[in-house]
Amino acid sequence: MRKKRRLYLMLTSIAVLGLAVLLVLSALEDSIRLFYDPTEIVEKGIKPGQDFRLGGLVATDSLERHEIKGAMVNKFTVTDGNETVDVTYVGLLPDLFREGQGVVAEGSMNSAGVFVATEVLAKHDENYMPKEVIDSLKKRGEWQRDKSAKTKAGAS
Amino acid sequence: MHKFANPARFMRLSNMFLPWIAGITVLLFALGLYYALVAAPEDYQMGSTYRIMFVHVPAAYMAQFGYGAIAVASAVGFIWKHPLADQAARAIGPVGAAFTALALITGSLWGKPMWGTYWIWDARLTSMLILFFVYLGYIAVWQTIEDHARAAKIAAIVAMVGLVNVIIIKFSVDWWNTLHQPASLMRMDGPTIGGDMLAALLLMIAAFNMFFFTIIIWRIQSLILRRRIRSLRMQLGGGRG
Repeated sequence: MRKKRRLYLMLTSIAVLGLAVLLVLSALEDSIRLFYDPTEIVEKGIKPGQDFRLGGLVATDSLERHEIKGAMVNKFTVTDGNETVDVTYVGLLPDLFREGQGVVAEGSMNSAGVFVATEVLAKHDENYMPKEVIDSLKKRGEWQRDKSAKTKAGAS
Repeated sequence: MHKFANPARFMRLSNMFLPWIAGITVLLFALGLYYALVAAPEDYQMGSTYRIMFVHVPAAYMAQFGYGAIAVASAVGFIWKHPLADQAARAIGPVGAAFTALALITGSLWGKPMWGTYWIWDARLTSMLILFFVYLGYIAVWQTIEDHARAAKIAAIVAMVGLVNVIIIKFSVDWWNTLHQPASLMRMDGPTIGGDMLAALLLMIAAFNMFFFTIIIWRIQSLILRRRIRSLRMQLGGGRG
């Protein structure tokens, strides 16, 4: 049966190719990931001056903004619920930047162990909700903003 | 199945169904756009900007759906040598590429105001860009190889190789950490989108889907006609059409 042979040929090819890609991807794991969370940064002991991306949630009540010589200096803490990293960033923050929300920052650690960001991007979570729904949930005290975001940022 | 693989029969049947499918497409778009632009409320964080999702998500979905359809059609064409399956796979190529481009462009326009950047090389965005190039490669195979049977065979192999990438796109946001958010719709614990927003999104996806079928049927018809013209010319003059 030629048809059967072609079918098996196709299925084995796909399986072999899939396996090869899987191996390549798992080998490249470290470069495909976009960012490191604070726990990994503490564990890996990244050297000052080395560029990388930091990702996590902006800790609640951690944002401080000062205007120095016409430039906006932002200081905040990024957390993954386990470890925290202090961040400074000079410039405008994206619209979606909020405390309790996900953020991805590019930059490097300085000698004092503070992450100096050259770029800050806001991460949006997968929840889309009408304003009214959130308001009523808040009224009933059932809305925890970072409930889902936390599990996502933590699991990586 | 062999009955439907007959091009003449396909022409007859598709001519019968096409007006209906096109009509449903228009209806779904009208309803979907009303829901997307009017009925769906503003998002609690993004305001109205999130509405670009009603184009972005269906386009990205169709990009992957189209590729899946190419893969299935190619496999049928490769294994059982159905002439219509090859034509269907070929017809989908440029349409899928267009949807991929639309998803990339709308995503980029959405990313700037929300994330703060048009583009980032995260796993989801990169794998989607790769899909676009795979589509281009697939189209190129059909364009460059003159002999139909050979082109169909090589195109089928390209389609199968690229299939791995579609799986990567789907799970990219789960396997690696990315800037792109995880799935809101196709997830185990149900959608994370509120009432009318979800209705709008589902309607738009249905509309895109029907639009896709309309275009594909048209394109298969024109490919069949083109082959017929070509073979008639060959019979008449012996030259290539």
